[in-house]
Amino acid sequence: MLATLRWVIQRDATLAWRGRAGVLSTLFFFVIVVSLFPLGVGPELNVLRTIAPGVVWVAALLASMLSLDRMFSHDYLDGSLEQLLLTPQPLSVVVLGKIVAHWLVTGAPLVLMAPVLGLQFDLPPGALLTLLWSLLLGTPALSLIGAVGAALTLGLRGGGVLVSLLVLPLCIPVLIFGAGAVEASITGASAESHLSLLGAMLVVALMFAPWATAAALRISME
Amino acid sequence: MARRKINWYKYTSPASFYPLAGKVIPFFAALAAVLLVVGLYLGFFVAPKDAVQGEAYRIIYIHVPAAWMAMFMYLLLAVYAALGLAFNARIWAMMAAAIAPTGAMFAFISLWTGALWGKPMWGTWWVWDARLTSTLILFFLYLGFISLQSAIEETRRADRAGALLAIVGAINVPIIYFSVQWWNTLHQGATLRLGRSASIAPVMLAALLIMIAAVWMYSIAVTLMRVRNIILERERHAPWVGELAGEVK
Repeated sequence: MLATLRWVIQRDATLAWRGRAGVLSTLFFFVIVVSLFPLGVGPELNVLRTIAPGVVWVAALLASMLSLDRMFSHDYLDGSLEQLLLTPQPLSVVVLGKIVAHWLVTGAPLVLMAPVLGLQFDLPPGALLTLLWSLLLGTPALSLIGAVGAALTLGLRGGGVLVSLLVLPLCIPVLIFGAGAVEASITGASAESHLSLLGAMLVVALMFAPWATAAALRISME
Repeated sequence: MARRKINWYKYTSPASFYPLAGKVIPFFAALAAVLLVVGLYLGFFVAPKDAVQGEAYRIIYIHVPAAWMAMFMYLLLAVYAALGLAFNARIWAMMAAAIAPTGAMFAFISLWTGALWGKPMWGTWWVWDARLTSTLILFFLYLGFISLQSAIEETRRADRAGALLAIVGAINVPIIYFSVQWWNTLHQGATLRLGRSASIAPVMLAALLIMIAAVWMYSIAVTLMRVRNIILERERHAPWVGELAGEVK
């Protein structure tokens, strides 16, 4: 089972690496959206510092929504998804591998980039660290929740918008505690409780999402 | 143990559910109309003015039943969806599809009347109170369900995909509710409380209960009507629908 997992991760990561442009566009989208806010709100550093957690987190949420339909659609179009469904290995493990790979190529760069963007918003060093942690725990959860939506909307017209409509409400708890953690650490409070809850959500998502995604894929592909 | 056994499975077939639904709809519709008139009359004309909130409080006779119904119908939607997935009978999925628009409507009504009520009470149309926010998210969940179902053309896939989404959503509802509550209390110390003083005049309570019953009856009637339409639409090639159409002609 672990071999399957490793194989799927390796395969998807290699495929994503061969088509770098798509991966980079998610990252640039994230950077651009965050950079737009000072232009829209004004360069007042005090204002920027207060809105920074929300802005970075909402941008991360949107960026991960945007990249969701890449998770299954290529494999769906060239027929390899059907082959994956036919493998004797449990589908949820295959799905988990695909989610992990998706996070590695879209979520991880975003997490690494976020502190740099935090500097633009004049976040103190402690808050930057919390931002990094909260995104590190939160973005995998977003990928996991999003996978269910991506599998449900597979091959539908206008799937990209639809998947956001389905998944965004479900992502609200992650957003609340992700942004809340950073905000707590800006105001000097401990972010521990927020981060623990984010971790708990990640664990719950890790338990249920691959399974639900596998069921959704079977519904979409039958 | 039961002497007269009714074969309930019979009614999971759309062909036998259709006439049954047709028979009970007038009953529920009439009950809804009567209760609505009585409840609104009691609420708007008989019930005394609230000591603190004046006349404006009367909107709760619409607001509270709508909000309860919106929440309850999502649960019901998920239950029907789960039944549909588990037993693979079409009627459950049809019921789920028929419930969603009414649920969304009640969520919208409760938000709208809440705003109308908030303006004179709190001086603002909208506050980011935990309950308001979670009702808004509930409304979004309904919209997601409806748009997913209407985006998929093949009915079997639409039913099953919608069912899975409804179940995932129902698991998420408590998480969303508590996180929104946390988020709010973390932001501001004391939130505006929606709860009124503990005692409530008997006639107020009666009006409220009657309105809740009216909303229930209305929901049942409308859902059954919608499910009848869905049955006809999906089974239009079935012989019994052809016979029905022949009868009407």
